[in-house]
Amino acid sequence: MSQETPFKQTPSQTVGPYFAYGLTPEQYGYSHAAIADGIMVSGGTEGERIRVEGRVLDGAGDPVNDAMIELWQANAHGHYNHPEDAREDNLLDPEFSGFGRFGTGVDAENRFIFSTIKPGAAGDGQAPHIAVVVFMRGTLSHAYTRIYFSDEQDANGSDPVLNSVPQDRRQTLIARRDDTPGGPVYRFDIHMQGERETVFFDV
Amino acid sequence: MAETDQITPRDWSSHPPYNHPPYRSTELRAPTKPLIPISHTLSERTGPVYGHDGVGPLDHDLTRNGARNGEPLGERIVVTGRVLDDAGRPVPHTLIEVWQANAAGRYIHIVDQHPAPIDPNFFGAGRCVTDADGRYRFYSVKPGAYPWGNHPNAWRPNHIHFSLFGQSLSSRLVTQMYFPGDPLLDLDPIFLASPSEARNRLISEFSIDATEPEFALGYVFDIVLRGRAATPMEA
Repeated sequence: MSQETPFKQTPSQTVGPYFAYGLTPEQYGYSHAAIADGIMVSGGTEGERIRVEGRVLDGAGDPVNDAMIELWQANAHGHYNHPEDAREDNLLDPEFSGFGRFGTGVDAENRFIFSTIKPGAAGDGQAPHIAVVVFMRGTLSHAYTRIYFSDEQDANGSDPVLNSVPQDRRQTLIARRDDTPGGPVYRFDIHMQGERETVFFDV
Repeated sequence: MAETDQITPRDWSSHPPYNHPPYRSTELRAPTKPLIPISHTLSERTGPVYGHDGVGPLDHDLTRNGARNGEPLGERIVVTGRVLDDAGRPVPHTLIEVWQANAAGRYIHIVDQHPAPIDPNFFGAGRCVTDADGRYRFYSVKPGAYPWGNHPNAWRPNHIHFSLFGQSLSSRLVTQMYFPGDPLLDLDPIFLASPSEARNRLISEFSIDATEPEFALGYVFDIVLRGRAATPMEA
């Protein structure tokens, strides 16, 4: 194969302000079936039910009402529903895909709200976490971040990815657990800019 | 060539930067601190898998999936192409989601207030899946240009939005397909945000071979996603 490959990546472009009827149609009330939404669990899903919610805040501190958040995570056993996770003891949960998608334009406070389960640790030294992809008008290339959990201090302390982040910025990746009458809620705001700018990864 | 378990890097000589002042919405939404490098773990090497089961029978035909009492107005088009990774391998059985304005340049979305007509027979969103060779195809009408508030007399060129998953979370891509010869391209800060050597990859090609006689004009748009990194065999 020559050094000069003609197969260069197609450039990213923004989702723009009108993604909802294509990507999150049911959540926004359009009559087009959605492939995913904020409810990532069904009755039979294994694991601790949690709610993950937060807002996307711009550099003026205002909530963004046209962002789309995607979550991708392991199941309660720390396994991913994907052929690349080929571990022999693979404990798939047929009731959990691990993927969710939610737009911030419907909730009155412009929150994203996911009903999911707390992922297990993958067993590779990483703390339990959720991968997050952030899209919005004004973002020409999507941004990747991660959600870690405030009640996993020990595991967080030895997580190689968290440890690669400057110490004074690690808190931006840790969702705060709040045990409510309706169950545990993890709150995770995404700050695009400012003093508390969320850490984004070059995934 | 042997495959490694790493995904090729995001090629920042191909993708637009976060901060691009001519596109004013980037100003308050672009991260200001450098991205933190990450070694790919299972979280980045895996990703959501959607194939044929995610697609309904009319999802690939935007001229029919929103029809109420007739055909949508506009030039009927067929858009086809291949999804490849950056080693040139086809990306088979992967979901593509598309959405677009109607022929008059109006989105069905509630926040689109541009006073061009809604087409009662056009919704503007669809899906398709690549075949074993990475090939996809969907039918639609050519979307119209429309004004936007970025700067005085700003108009978006004709475009179709694409969303793809590929084989891992790292290959996720949202992009826009443009049409050849559109005079608005050279004036559009979103198109122009892509590095100059990469921009042409966003423009489809008109193809008389892809054109279906008496039916639809053909446009070819190949898409290259990040894939597994390959390493040369020889030491």
